[in-house]
Amino acid sequence: MIRVVLPAHLRTIARVDGEVTLDVEGSVTQRSVLDALEARYPTLRGTIRDRSTHKRRAFVRFFACEQDLSHEQPDDPLPDAVAAGTEPFLVVGAMAGG
Amino acid sequence: MSGIRVLVGTRKGAFVLSGDGKRDDWDVSGPHFPGWEIYHVKGSPADPDRLYASQSSGWFGQLIQRSDDGGKSWTQVGGAFEYDGVPGTHQWYDGTPRPWEFKRVWHLEPSLNDPDTVYAGVEDAALFRSEDGGQQWQELSGLRRHDSGPQWQPGAGGMCLHTILLDPVDPQRIFVAISAAGAFRSDDAGKTWTPINRGLRSEGIPDQDAEVGHCVHRIAMHPSRPDVLFMQKHWDVMRSDDAGDSWHEVSGDLPTDFGFPIDVHAHEPETVFVVPIKSDSEHFPLEGKLRVYRSRTGGNEWEALTNGLPQSDCYVNVLRDAMAVDSLDSCGVYFGTTGGQVYASPDAGDSWAPIVRDLPPVLSVEVQTLP
Repeated sequence: MIRVVLPAHLRTIARVDGEVTLDVEGSVTQRSVLDALEARYPTLRGTIRDRSTHKRRAFVRFFACEQDLSHEQPDDPLPDAVAAGTEPFLVVGAMAGG
Repeated sequence: MSGIRVLVGTRKGAFVLSGDGKRDDWDVSGPHFPGWEIYHVKGSPADPDRLYASQSSGWFGQLIQRSDDGGKSWTQVGGAFEYDGVPGTHQWYDGTPRPWEFKRVWHLEPSLNDPDTVYAGVEDAALFRSEDGGQQWQELSGLRRHDSGPQWQPGAGGMCLHTILLDPVDPQRIFVAISAAGAFRSDDAGKTWTPINRGLRSEGIPDQDAEVGHCVHRIAMHPSRPDVLFMQKHWDVMRSDDAGDSWHEVSGDLPTDFGFPIDVHAHEPETVFVVPIKSDSEHFPLEGKLRVYRSRTGGNEWEALTNGLPQSDCYVNVLRDAMAVDSLDSCGVYFGTTGGQVYASPDAGDSWAPIVRDLPPVLSVEVQTLP
């Protein structure tokens, strides 16, 4: 069971409260987690990564286990603690004013 | 009694202002989609309970929302705007080629007779259409593929397609305007397009009367006379009597002919409203006085409308999509400011009062006249 924490605006879009939990088949990577997330909540398509290229949106970051994973390759394995469900995968809106 | 619904898009959400025919008592609903930029909200002429909203964010991209109950509840529909084929390039600010890249939807224009058909004007400039209530969007790529496309260049606010006018007499005819490419017309429902900028002169481009490159801010028409168009250009208020084939200036005695919105009285096709702004670098009213100007002669002769509007220390702007009219017997006029006020006039501009004073900066105002 993978735990995902979404920023407030995306929780509103997905109509969820608190953490999201997902079943991910195979390797636990950014791509497989985001694929599972978008499959379960289609309204999130395009809000975290580009709809067609799947490139991360510029002002969205991925954190876990006190590390910034935003620049890791999409198919790199996520930390074991994320795969084990002991730590969440954080989707974060970059800090910026306005 | 008839009712009025004012649809307001702001930098931080949408608001729905509901009033009766007197237009002096308003219910304010919102913010809808708080924290998101709502560039535009517009209702279907064929079904007033069908609304479309453009919801966007620099963080999370573009979404489209649809309401089927007049804005009480909303459903997220499609937000995928894919250019048709390889998009090619337009000019960047420095004149270098730059690939077309979708950024946001500036304007949504529902069909005049089908609630499920709606057009979207986007940045980087292109026109899209949905025929299934906003779920799927297809580009009408003949516009972007016009021979002049590689010469188009963004204005200061981006290269946006901000105006879409559907001809109520000829369903094949569509007008659009792009900053800073100019105005275009299609006579075959959007397949092919013709630049319609003859008569425009713009000092900010090398060839001042070029076929394209003009920063058109807004175009308006009266539905009974779709061949007559009024334009607020970056500088200059213009008029065409031949569906855009030629334009002549009607700025006349305006104190400044810079501005953004322009609109036409619901029952008097020769009565036009603008909001003069000091200049392209000073985006606020002259002398700190917020004045709407009205021409009852189709341009050239203008009168200042000030009753109820701040006449000192006012330094707000009124953006291009932030003015609209209702169609009650005594035509109402509405506009929103970057200071968060939405003003209403129940008497064609003779007197004004704020509906709300403290919204986020207003991006757009549309009005529905309800039975």
